[in-house]
Amino acid sequence: MGYFLQQLINGVSLGMIYALIAIGYTMVYGIIGMINFAHGEIFMIGAFISIITFMVLSLLGIGWIPLALVIMLLATTILTSVYGWALERVAYRPLRNSPRLAALITAIGMSIFLQNYVQLLQGARVKPLQPLISGGFRFLEGGDFVVTLSYLQLFIIVLTIVLMLAFTYLINKTALGRAQRACQQDLGMAGLIGINVDRTISLTFVMGATLASVAGLIFLLNYGVIDFYIGFLAGVKAFTAAVLGGIGSLPGAMLGGLLIGLIEAFWSAYFTVEYKDVAAFAILVLVLIFRPTGLLGKPDVEKV
Amino acid sequence: MSEAAAASITPTRDMLRDAGLMAVVVFGLSFSLVGFKIEDVPGGLAILTRFDGVFFATALAFLGRIGVIMLREQRALPIAITALPTAVIILLLQLFAGDLDPERTYPFRSTVVNWSLFSVTLAMSLRAIWLTWHHGGAARSRDAREKAMDLVGAKVQDAARFIGPALLGFALILPFLPFADRRLLDIGILVLTYIMLGWGLNIVVGLAGLLDLGYVAFYAVGAYSYALLAQYFDLGFFLALPLAGILAAFAGILLGFPVLRLRGDYLAIVTLGFGEIIRIILLNWYTFTGGPDGISGIPRPTFFGLELSKRASDGGDTFHTFFGLTYSPIDRIIFLFYLILAMAMLTNLFTLRIRKLPIGRAWEALREDEIACRSLGMNPRNTKLTAFSIGAMFGGFGGSFFATRQGFISPESFTFIESAVILAIVVLGGMGSQLGVVFAAILLIGLPEFFRELQQYRMLAFGLAMVMIMVWRPSGLLAHREPTLRLHPPPGKGSVK
Repeated sequence: MGYFLQQLINGVSLGMIYALIAIGYTMVYGIIGMINFAHGEIFMIGAFISIITFMVLSLLGIGWIPLALVIMLLATTILTSVYGWALERVAYRPLRNSPRLAALITAIGMSIFLQNYVQLLQGARVKPLQPLISGGFRFLEGGDFVVTLSYLQLFIIVLTIVLMLAFTYLINKTALGRAQRACQQDLGMAGLIGINVDRTISLTFVMGATLASVAGLIFLLNYGVIDFYIGFLAGVKAFTAAVLGGIGSLPGAMLGGLLIGLIEAFWSAYFTVEYKDVAAFAILVLVLIFRPTGLLGKPDVEKV
Repeated sequence: MSEAAAASITPTRDMLRDAGLMAVVVFGLSFSLVGFKIEDVPGGLAILTRFDGVFFATALAFLGRIGVIMLREQRALPIAITALPTAVIILLLQLFAGDLDPERTYPFRSTVVNWSLFSVTLAMSLRAIWLTWHHGGAARSRDAREKAMDLVGAKVQDAARFIGPALLGFALILPFLPFADRRLLDIGILVLTYIMLGWGLNIVVGLAGLLDLGYVAFYAVGAYSYALLAQYFDLGFFLALPLAGILAAFAGILLGFPVLRLRGDYLAIVTLGFGEIIRIILLNWYTFTGGPDGISGIPRPTFFGLELSKRASDGGDTFHTFFGLTYSPIDRIIFLFYLILAMAMLTNLFTLRIRKLPIGRAWEALREDEIACRSLGMNPRNTKLTAFSIGAMFGGFGGSFFATRQGFISPESFTFIESAVILAIVVLGGMGSQLGVVFAAILLIGLPEFFRELQQYRMLAFGLAMVMIMVWRPSGLLAHREPTLRLHPPPGKGSVK
């Protein structure tokens, strides 16, 4: 029981990272129908900007962790969203009316470019960071297995839930969110009724990058080591999560991320660690066979 | 970024605002990642600053943006006046600023970046001068360019009857040309391997329109099939080759059966996942595949049983003693070159022929309109499955060749990046164009190989090239699609609309 509970906690905090990245995929897919392959790299850049900010802060003598965390959060979201904006501008906007494969190739090209760009600028070695948040609550101390909910995990879960609530509000209640939902339904029509389509798409990329950068920060805090290659696997799994939940659906992305995190945690705990990625993909294939549109996706009707 | 109309001229204020915005964005992009560097020092990490890089990047972005706007609006003379001095300044800084500070180069710390910037600015000013000289500088609009390139594509396709055999002839005599050293032949083998893989994937992506992001999985299956068959059953290359192809095709069927009814992007992610699964299994099934250590000592192919090595292993005969030649290590390379050339040509021939068979026609029809095909009573899944498994089979052949050439394989060689490169070759060349694959492979694989010294920058430039070619020509370099059948053939052979 204790062991199970512990894995549940680990899985949820892992799933939060995937969910945050998956939202970026699903939003971009929803609006322009393209797989933003470079989104994983944006996540990686977010993690790098976080660690650089932390190093600069400790150089400046700001050692109080809560303040440092807030500054890291602000710096990484602002600077990473510039990358998201630039990515859309360089690689997607010129290709909006082109064959879909063309945009996929530019996205892969951007992904290769950004990986090597970070590698050249920051070196190929892994970058370790000492744990910033330590300690935690302990449950079931009397039992055979002591369950720990670390403050870090609590921080991750609370931060993600707050972000997701804010994000849901943004999509459902604000003018920007309405514009986005309109673009999702019909780009041309949205333009006709006076929505600035270019700006809405740009802001979608910026929002996706913001959430991915927070995921990068969380990844850095949680694992304590990053390198220029972390974006690929995290990106693929987050995309898997988005597909699992039903691509284009925001609650689906959150649910999918959570599920992928849980599957990974439980698989590593009860079966083998080596094949945890295989498990995630196998579940994806199974879901797609029986529910081709994902868990919460709407079936799209093909009209002739 | 709308195309500016020929007459409209952006007011200076708007232009400055635009350039200012660009400078702010570049500042934001470079501030953290360029401005600071995490350095490994004994006992932890240290942070270095290099704000000069941020400064130069921002300044160049500002100037460059103004230049691009002016160039687009045909105000070529002013840009000729600003870009040329910028180029000269970069050149001077690179050449002489080193005297001030021997520790580093200016404006950026990397000579390669400086030289590329110099060439870009120089090219920009030359183009501006050229435009001013001719017709007052009319940069072609995007549509005009697409049309012109489509015409080029059509012409090249029309001339393919000559270009194809000419290229083949060149490849045939290449090993005997005086400048063909070992390095060139190695690059040739590499390019041909990618051409073959590109043609194989072209069946799946170009003809059947199935987006496969995990082609490397079949490449890996082929490579490991041959390596393991040779290791456990002592099979030679030519005996194992068809088996490896069959195994790869079988892997294709196994994967394709459940997932081929998914729509495009779902298929992409599942194939991508499958590629990763194969790699993870190869990495972790230590007792069977050797895990991360890979398999070494894979036997080389023989020439009808004759070994191409200095000394024959037990009981065999070597190529040079049989024919009474003196031994030369390059013989083996030349043999491998011809082998992959033959395999690639086989792939090409197969594709060209099967396009004319009912099944090939069915693939292309399915790519164009699945619903129409279904209502005509076609079975989409089986049709797709044949394309998928035939493509996989050629991937498996390519993998076997890779294994026998390297003599050593490990899961390292079968990462996603390989799939991406092969797909990029197919798409950049122009989907479905056989000749386009050749050009794209030479451009993407051959050229960077010559710049091995710039190792660090190779993949950076590769990614950048993928983006730039696609933005410049979204439908691929040689994309031009002629209907396979016409009700009324166009009058006059070879006329192009």
